[in-house]
Amino acid sequence: MNMLQFEAGVLEKLNAKAHWVWRETLKIHRQSQETRVASSLSAVEIFVTLYYGGFLRFDPANPLWELRDRCIISKGHGSLCMYPILADLGYFSVTELEKVCKEGSFLGGIPDPVIPGYETINGSLGHGAGVGAGMALGLKRKGRNQSVYVVTGDGELHEGSNWEAFMFAGQHRLDNLTVLVDNNHISMLGPTDEIISHRSLIRKFDAFGWFAIEVADGHSVAAIAKALQDCRREASGKPSAIIVNTRKGNGVPGLQDAPLSHVAAIKPDLIDQLIGER
Amino acid sequence: MDAIATIQPKAMRDTLLLSLYEAMLRDNDIFLVTADFGSPVMDKIRADVPQQVVNVGIAEQNLINVSAGLALEGFKVFAYAIAPFITMRCYEQIRVNLALLSEVRPMNVNLIGVGAGYSYVVSGPTHQCYEDLTVMRAFPNMRIYSPADQVAAAELPGRCLSSDGPKYLRLDAQVLPVLYSEEPPIFANGFHEHRNGGAVCLLATGYMVHTALKVADRLMASGISVGVIDLFDICGFSEDLLQSVLSSYRGIVTMEEGFRGRGGMDAMMFDYIVRRGLDLRMLNIGVEGGYRFELGERHVLHEHVGIGVERVTEKVRGLMKSLSA
Repeated sequence: MNMLQFEAGVLEKLNAKAHWVWRETLKIHRQSQETRVASSLSAVEIFVTLYYGGFLRFDPANPLWELRDRCIISKGHGSLCMYPILADLGYFSVTELEKVCKEGSFLGGIPDPVIPGYETINGSLGHGAGVGAGMALGLKRKGRNQSVYVVTGDGELHEGSNWEAFMFAGQHRLDNLTVLVDNNHISMLGPTDEIISHRSLIRKFDAFGWFAIEVADGHSVAAIAKALQDCRREASGKPSAIIVNTRKGNGVPGLQDAPLSHVAAIKPDLIDQLIGER
Repeated sequence: MDAIATIQPKAMRDTLLLSLYEAMLRDNDIFLVTADFGSPVMDKIRADVPQQVVNVGIAEQNLINVSAGLALEGFKVFAYAIAPFITMRCYEQIRVNLALLSEVRPMNVNLIGVGAGYSYVVSGPTHQCYEDLTVMRAFPNMRIYSPADQVAAAELPGRCLSSDGPKYLRLDAQVLPVLYSEEPPIFANGFHEHRNGGAVCLLATGYMVHTALKVADRLMASGISVGVIDLFDICGFSEDLLQSVLSSYRGIVTMEEGFRGRGGMDAMMFDYIVRRGLDLRMLNIGVEGGYRFELGERHVLHEHVGIGVERVTEKVRGLMKSLSA
């Protein structure tokens, strides 16, 4: 993929898709108010770029296709936006989106790998990086060229298990592993900087032997795509980390960047208004 | 007896790893992950099949997670560390990425924990392990193997490779007397009856099988017969066959090197007896009195916590008295 192709038209399609996913995510939340919507809205453009930007190889008709790239959604509870993406791609019927959190549905408030397209269990935080590192090592030892992507959050990085995995991946030069940090700066009870500051994630990953870059605007699919391309080009012999600076509750007044937004619900009237407006 | 006498005594981990080494030479899809824990056989494996080994360092959470990732890519994985650390340091990783995930994805991950019970005698309670049977049997799909000797331990890799799912291999760290010859195959039923007769059967696992045999010898010296069973497949033994064996007894004594009354083998057998409606009086032998910090030889420590030969013999006599009263 080259950026010219992006600029010629793909970028517009990606932006339109991101907007559609944002709207669909809000619609799901309107019918299932217990879903965690704020941390899902921060990650919309990350997942849209990965799944529609040509970075992942996958086959919705065969979710566990051996030649797929592996995408581990470690911030599982904050991935409601993946439901419309997976339905749109054909992993399951779009009618399933009307049943989220309802009896008999496989689409829960926190996703499980019974959902076609989900690789692992990620309701509990801090697991994706280590499992992803194991997959990346396994692929390398088998001489395979598939890649592993792990999407995590800055709050999730307070779990120490992540850093065991980051040390391991750097040591073993797992350049088929890319971690995207949805850096929305807010954890459950407030700003991550006020809880345990990460200070510089870039410097931390660098010290762990990773190629690390930052995306200033994590709601720009072009910027995320460029970062993914840069990783492919520059990160030979190293795993990659992309620190994607996002806004929790992106685009929702009262929710966006609100310190206690993690489990907050958006009133249906506001959702109707937002969907009509944007 | 003759066949057993010719076997050179070794630690369980050495015979198990040697079996695993031979399997790894034949099968490139076997992977050994260690948390910086070794042995002479481990050195051989690292030298001869380096592509199938990785050391994650002293990082048990990552030991489990990397093992899960490798298993998802089709490797049959053995994770290797000290028993309390591979079970309790990374309990949530085992729950999420092995127990839960293996319900959805085919995975073969086998946790080798060295140092059951008091076997790291001088290292104190951090390295000793009296809770592992309790916490590992809490997972409904975890298979637990608790061998009593090096020959049984050597059988484990073959069994683990033949079936998916999470498994915990609970090994003693010390060199114990050999109980079994190379044949016959002892694993089919999940237990082995060493002695039979009398009103009471001692049902033991791991090191405690050796204690049970000594208790049986002492009682036999005073003309009392008891049965002795080695239960090495804690969650997968043949329930029908065990019931058949136990049908000739009136009492059963569970013997484990773990805390008594805390959900270990005693709780498992209580459930079994109730569920099957067996008419058996039960006595549970396990570590009493909580954590201890004394130093001493293992058999001495065992007497302190109520699981030594002297104390167990006394308790079994008491059970027999109550049965005949």
